[in-house]
Parts: sequence; structure tokens; C-alpha cells
Amino acid sequence: MSQTLSTRSLRWCLAGLALAAPWFSAPTLAQEPIKIGSFLSVTGPASFLGDPELKTLEMYIERVNAAGGVLGRKLQLVSYDDAGDAEKARTFATRLIEQDKVDVIVGGSTTGSTMAAVPLAEKAAIPFISLAGAVVIIEPVKKWVFKTPHTDRMACEKVFVDLQARKLSKLGLISGSGGFDKSMRAECLKVAPKYQIDIVADETYGAGDTDMSAQLTKIKNTAGVQAVLNPGFGQGPAIVTKNFKQLGITVPLYQSHGVASKEFIKLAGDAAEGVRLPASALLVAEALPESDAQKKVLVSYKQSYEGKFKSDVSTFGGHAYDGLMLAVEAMKKAGSTDKAKVRDALEATKGYMGTAGVVNMSANDHMGLDLTAFRMLEVKGGNWVLVK
Amino acid sequence: MSHYRSSRHHGLIALAAIIALLPLVLSNKYFYDVAILIGFNAIVCIGLNLLIGYAGQISLGHAGFFGLGAYASAILTGNYGWPPVIAALAGMAGVGSLAFLAGRPILKLKGHYLAMATLGLGIIISLVIVNQDRLTGGPDGITVGPFSVLGFALENERAWYWFIGGLLLLTVWLSQNLIDSPMGRALRALHSSEVGAQAAGINAAAHKLQIFVLSATFAAGAGSLAAHYSGFITPAKAGFIHSVELVTMVVLGGMASIYGAVVGAAVLTLLPQILTVLKDYEMVVLGAVMMATMIFLPRGLVPSLAALCERWRDLLPPSLVLRLEALIGRGRKP
Repeated sequence: MSQTLSTRSLRWCLAGLALAAPWFSAPTLAQEPIKIGSFLSVTGPASFLGDPELKTLEMYIERVNAAGGVLGRKLQLVSYDDAGDAEKARTFATRLIEQDKVDVIVGGSTTGSTMAAVPLAEKAAIPFISLAGAVVIIEPVKKWVFKTPHTDRMACEKVFVDLQARKLSKLGLISGSGGFDKSMRAECLKVAPKYQIDIVADETYGAGDTDMSAQLTKIKNTAGVQAVLNPGFGQGPAIVTKNFKQLGITVPLYQSHGVASKEFIKLAGDAAEGVRLPASALLVAEALPESDAQKKVLVSYKQSYEGKFKSDVSTFGGHAYDGLMLAVEAMKKAGSTDKAKVRDALEATKGYMGTAGVVNMSANDHMGLDLTAFRMLEVKGGNWVLVK
Repeated sequence: MSHYRSSRHHGLIALAAIIALLPLVLSNKYFYDVAILIGFNAIVCIGLNLLIGYAGQISLGHAGFFGLGAYASAILTGNYGWPPVIAALAGMAGVGSLAFLAGRPILKLKGHYLAMATLGLGIIISLVIVNQDRLTGGPDGITVGPFSVLGFALENERAWYWFIGGLLLLTVWLSQNLIDSPMGRALRALHSSEVGAQAAGINAAAHKLQIFVLSATFAAGAGSLAAHYSGFITPAKAGFIHSVELVTMVVLGGMASIYGAVVGAAVLTLLPQILTVLKDYEMVVLGAVMMATMIFLPRGLVPSLAALCERWRDLLPPSLVLRLEALIGRGRKP
């Protein structure tokens, strides 16, 4: 009797242990997912940035996991929608750091939301890869903050280099009043002297304006204008392009990477012919020569995205791809998710080929792109063509 | 008369107790952060409720005042090296003067026209902030240094929590005193009938202007501190959407109720944080919650629930009610 009792109790004990076992063994480090934190402007006025970014992150995290994950661990995305509000971005960044305890942050669609989270990442010592454009994010260099998109300063420089090649030096500016427009205009004014470019006219238009003839007429009548640059975003640049043609202005017109999409050509119609703009190579992925080292990455990303979401690829989603892959590479190289080691590995990134270009980071450069990241495109026959 | 004072103090004591006990459940900086945001929103909403709920004057431009206060602090401390307290006070004084000057003509309008005029004022402020980029940093925003009082810097969330908690209590106390003063009674008279109030000898224009200026000053003060707390401010905080958010908090919490403003601010700051688990459906559920509140509790959370409690009390046996009231130390209103 006593023996049966003891065997029975033993059996119960074993059963209990078997039940309890997963609770004890599960949270070993090897099984726990690596948490990628993200706050993006998925809704609101900046949703054209956040939406493709989130889709890209979700799609590629799934892919990385299907391929076995990183360091033998799965990736897990924790993302929040800041709706383009910097204060919400700061709260969500706090949440990612304090509550979700993520290993790395890849996010921040706008400059405002990124800058609101920068002090938190710096204080908490967590690698933060921003997806926003402005130079202020990485200048001055912040220990824990990196970014993947090219800056508007580089777009200006790309245009100025092209102007130099065409032996033009007197430039008229016409820009809108949005954040992108203002930031790029300021950067262009700043770097113009370096390239011996004279800004001879500097006109602006409002966000909802439907006619820019007045400003363009003023530029047309400015003595010596050899080219016009329109740092702009949204519908404005298409209207500028149309008015430009209607007024019969014959000097070259440059647009910015802000309108580097098929939408612009659709809106501007025939007037877009001959317009040049600096853009990410993603836009002309298939047209790149086979010898181009970037082609493989671009075509693969473009086809995956367009295949899955049935919508045109955008450079913004590409920035998220680069951010995620940089983080993955850094963790692989560091051999752990230790934040300081991952940060060091990120800073030591060399020769990484992303959708934005070749990334060579250093202690002084937390973006790592050079002017080759931009391609000069021209509209010909209703399509983008690479300028040789 | 005496029971007014006691009920007033009970509310204040309850709020103080909540603020004092909350840190027991705030386990990390994130929870502190949300609590602090509630505090900022509550301060603005109390001011706004004085204007909307008590005086019956709508303002769709309050985010503009909030933004002006924030930018005044950012620019005066950042570019001119002013001490944060002086900058905040200067911002409040500046916004108060602006509200005084703009309020004189604007407050002559009524209903939709007043809403449009305040909306216009808010949009002008936000446009100025966006376009004066040399000073304000433009649409990308501007960095703001930490806040300090007499050399004592508010560096961590905990310090900010106690500071804002104290400030919220002070705001509630001041507002309650104001409402129970002759001025408050005049405002409520104005709300029910402006002609009637004027016939009773109340200077309507002056009273409306005073409360408008006070309300704007509250918003500016909260804006200044919020800017220091965030460390970064963008023009979105001065924009129309933020104005609407503030009015929504007031209406949801309950018009003409100080605690309604606090509850409204708390609910609408917390809900988006809680609803993030719903991902794509977040906005749908948030909208449904707000619609349901307005349909079933049309006077807002606090006044409607208070009325509901009152009705339930009548259903209970009187002896139990008396005992309960003795417990919470409150007598039935005569």
C-alpha cells in the first residue's frame, strides 16, 4: 500500500515536473526573440513615409525569421504609430525602451519625431537607427544615433555637381513652405558657395497655391538666370513644372528627390519632359546596367515589395529596409545583442550595399552615404532615364 | 455655504491622494511619462473648461496659445539664455497680452462665428511658427533645454511628476476658488443668459475677456513646461488638431466640471496608449468609445456619472445612504 502510494505520488511529481518544465526552460536566452522596436508615422500627414516603412519592416522581419533568424534567435517587431506627432513619438520611444525593453530601435519617420526620441536613446544607451532625412540628426554626431536616408544637403550637392558639368552657375530657387522644402532650401543656400553657384533668385510659394506664374515670371526676368531648382514636395512642384513650360522658360529645370515618383510625371504631363532631379537608384532599379553593384539589392527589394503589396515601391520603404538590415548585420558582427557592441558594430559598418547606396560609417559619419547614392535622372518620353 | 467648501476640499484631497499614491503602481519611466502628459493636458483643459464650460465661450485656438508658450520658452532660453522660469513667465505674460488684444474684438462674436475667429487666431499663430524658421526651426521643430528652478534642475521623470502633480493641484484649487467667487457666479450667469446677466448688472464683455486671458495664460504656462519636459517641440503642438484634441478632452470629461477636465485629459491621454494592442483598429475603437460616451453620457463623463450616482442614491434605503455619506464625509445638498 505504502509502495503504491509512493509510486503514485512519484508519478504525480513527474507529471507536475513535466508540466512545469517549459516554464523553467523556455526563457533561456537562446530562445528569446530579439526585439526590434519601432515608432513610425503610419497615419496622419506623414503616412506616406510610415506606411511603406512599416510594411517593409514586417515583410523583412518575417523573411529573416523564415531564414532562421539572427544568432539563432527570432526577430520580433514592436511598433507603434506616432501619427507624425513628436510628443507621441517621445512617449512611444520611452515605452519601447522602458516597457518593451527592445534591443534596438529602427524608426522615426520624420525629423521631428526622430529628434524628440534622440535624447532618450542617448540617455538609455540604445542603438537608434532613424529613417528621417535632415542633417541635424547626425550632425553633430550623436553616439547612439544613426540614419539611413540621404540628406537634402546631398541632393543640393548632386544638382550643383550636375550644374558644374553643364557649366552653369547662376541658379534661381523656387520652393514651397513645407518642412521638406524649407529644409532643403536652407541647405542649398548653405552649400552653394562651395560649388561656386550663385543663387540669383529665391522665390517661395504657399502650401495650397495652385499657380506659381508670378514667382516664375520674376525668376524669368532676373538677369542671368541659367537654371532653376525647385526644392519641393507634394503637388507644388508639378504646378511649377507646368507653369514653367507655359511661360516659355527655356533654361533647365531641376526638381528634388521629394517628387521622385511616377506620380510627378503623371501630374506634370508633357511639361515634365527634360526635367532633371537627383533620386535614389531604387526608382530606376531595372534600368541600371548589370555592372552596377547596387542593382541586385534594388531589384530584389523592389520586386518583393511590389509583389507583396501591389503598390509602387517608394524610397521611404527602402530606408526602413536599410535600417533593419544594418541592425541585423551589426548584431551578427557583434555576435550578440549587447547594446554597446551592436553600436560599435554599426559604427564600423563598411561597404554595406543598401537601397540608398553604399554605406561606410565612421566615428564622424553616422550615415555613411556619399554623392554616388543619388543618381541624376531626366524625364524622357514620360519615364525616368539615367543621365550619363 | 459650508458644505460647498467641504465638498470642494474633498475633491482636492482625493486628487492629492491619487497623485501621492500613483507612484506605487508607476513601475517605470514610461508610466511616469504618461502620467506627466496627463498632468499637462489636465492643466490646459481646466483652463479651457473655465472658458467653454463655465463662461460658455468656445475656443478652437488654444493649441496656438500652448504652442506660443512652448516656443517662447524654447527661444528665450535657447537663443537668449534667459532662465527657464523667467522665460516661462514672460511667455505667459506675452500670451496673456495677445489674448487680451485679440479677445476684445473676437469675444464680441457668438456661436459659430466665435469658433471661427478663435480657429483663425490659432491657425495664424501656427503659420507664424512654421514660417519664422530662423527663430523657430520651422516645421522640423526646435530643441529645448531642461527646466530648472533656482538652480535646481528637473532632470528625471520622478521630479517632473511631483512638480506637475503639485502644479495640477494648484490649478484645481485656483479654478475652484474662482468658480465659487462672484466672478465665477457671473460667468455662469453669462452662460445661461447673456442678456439676463447684463440686466443684472454684470459686465459681460469684461468678464469674458478676463476668463479668455486667464485660460490662454494657463495654456501658455503648460506649453512652456511641456516644451522643457519634452526637450523638443514641433509646430504640430500649436496646430488645429491639437486644439480639437483639447476641446474633445473637455467635452468628453464634462463641461463646467473641473474634475471633468482632469478625467477627460486622463482618459484621452491613456486610451491611445492602451489601444495600441489593437493595431489597425485603434482609431476605430477610439472613435467608438468617444461616440458611445457622447450618446450615453451626453454631459460628459463626470457630470453624467455624478447624476447617475445621485439617481442610484435615491433607490437605496435612506439609512444606508446616510451611513455611506458619513463614511465619505459628505452631506446631501439642501
